[in-house]
Amino acid sequence: MIEIDRVSKWYGSFQVLSDCSTHIGKGEVVVVCGPSGSGKSTLIKCVNALEPFQKGEIRVNGISVSDPKTNLSQLRAHVGMVFQHFELFPHMTICDNLCIAQVKVLGRLREEAMERGLRLLDRVGLKAHAHKYPGQLSGGQQQRVAIARALAMDPICMLFDEPTSALDPEMINEVLDVMVELASEGMTMMVVTHEMGFARKVAHRVIFMDQGRIVEDTPKEAFFAMPRSERAQAFLAKILSH
Amino acid sequence: MDLDWRVFCRDTIDGEFVRGCLGDAERITYLDWLLSAWGWTLSVAALAWIVAIAAGAVVGVLRTTPHRPLVILGNAWTELFRNIPVLVQVFLWYHVIPALFPLLRAIPSFLLVVVALGLYTSARISEQVRAGIQSIPQGQRLAALALGFTLPQVYRHVLLPQAWRIVLPPLTSESMNIIKNSSVAFAVSIPELTLFALQAQEETARGIEIYLIVTGLYFFSALLVNRILHIVEMRLRIPGLIVVTK
Ligand SMILES: Nc1ncnc2c1ncn2[C@@H]1O[C@H](COP(=O)(O)OP(=O)(O)O)[C@@H](O)[C@H]1O
Ligand SMILES: [Mg+2]
Repeated sequence: MIEIDRVSKWYGSFQVLSDCSTHIGKGEVVVVCGPSGSGKSTLIKCVNALEPFQKGEIRVNGISVSDPKTNLSQLRAHVGMVFQHFELFPHMTICDNLCIAQVKVLGRLREEAMERGLRLLDRVGLKAHAHKYPGQLSGGQQQRVAIARALAMDPICMLFDEPTSALDPEMINEVLDVMVELASEGMTMMVVTHEMGFARKVAHRVIFMDQGRIVEDTPKEAFFAMPRSERAQAFLAKILSH
Repeated sequence: MDLDWRVFCRDTIDGEFVRGCLGDAERITYLDWLLSAWGWTLSVAALAWIVAIAAGAVVGVLRTTPHRPLVILGNAWTELFRNIPVLVQVFLWYHVIPALFPLLRAIPSFLLVVVALGLYTSARISEQVRAGIQSIPQGQRLAALALGFTLPQVYRHVLLPQAWRIVLPPLTSESMNIIKNSSVAFAVSIPELTLFALQAQEETARGIEIYLIVTGLYFFSALLVNRILHIVEMRLRIPGLIVVTK
């Protein structure tokens, strides 16, 4: 589903990604972790071409994201993405947030989009808030709306970039619960997170990044039993002690 | 100091007092002239405002796109029109440009002033628009692109509706400035308020009354613009969204 093949990226002379390769199959849930600044956000943004990269190739559903002939708008429309800071559109109601891309990008009728949007909103437990504005919801609620907004596009896979790290602790679980449910339904997911509880519960594999490299790419059980690299061991020890 | 407001009731040719102060087909009082001058001031300002908003919005947007040549073009525009004094720009449009392009000689000086003032102000508005768009978190653009929006759609549906609200307060002050700056039109003989004041005080020797009234009209016009845009601002307010203005 997502094939990342020897990707390297530089900002000027600074190399952010070095020769990263991995493969995420259909229905797989892969958690990406690693210290801050290790390139996790950069890598996940390369997957839907929000960031360009200089070397290597990424294919989503067999389509190269760096090929100039690829229709990026069409590709991105079906790759859901959830951001650390939610990024709901603050000038639109929740309902419009859920509908606008369905109408403007997928060309759905407004009623059809609305029905779909409200159904997903109900699914994340926020149906009563359809006519509010994002600024009137809590962080956890906004992030659930953001997930619903991505799902409304019928994504073939979902990318999450630290979806819970901007949330107050008491709101983290309401968001993780939605993600766990999504994983159990077989959604292909690439999740940058430090929530090891989530990784334990639903991940198939864990990728550990450090200084722009994929240092570790192992099945969950092996990762939690004992990471191979010392850096990952140190990282895991630190995370779990919190 | 004795003020004599009846000066406005005098005929502009023979100085006779006219009943009711407003003249007719044959007689023009200073009040008539004042009102027509106010009309010219408002017309120059309003048309220049339209030019300024249209050009300023386009140039401001260009400067925030990911396309280098467009950014350079927009920056050059802004620097060019912002860094030449507005009075000099009016003279350039009036004296120099028609000399270079004979076709432009047919354009009335009123329109040349509108263009000059409009483009000068567009540079300042483009700066506000650019700053407004850039103050929107980068994540908004990314989130819109991630949903499959094309770049024009990102601007149309996500960035501009937010930028517009951020830009309104500085836009209000630019709109008030344009009324004040329209006084440069006197330099190319547009019969607006400032030219009226200069000529009428010479003819009547009632400079104090004339300048008081003209000052009052400038003040009132700017205040009116301020109030109208303030109402627009209130109308556009979004629940739960605090727009931080610097
Ligand atoms: N636009 C940019 N220009 C230059 N350096 C950047 C830019 N964006 C990110 N970086 C650098 O790239 C590195 C990786 O960043 P990022 O992918 O955000 O890391 P992570 O998400 O793992 O914390 C960091 O060192 C960061 O400073
Ligand atoms: Mg990050």
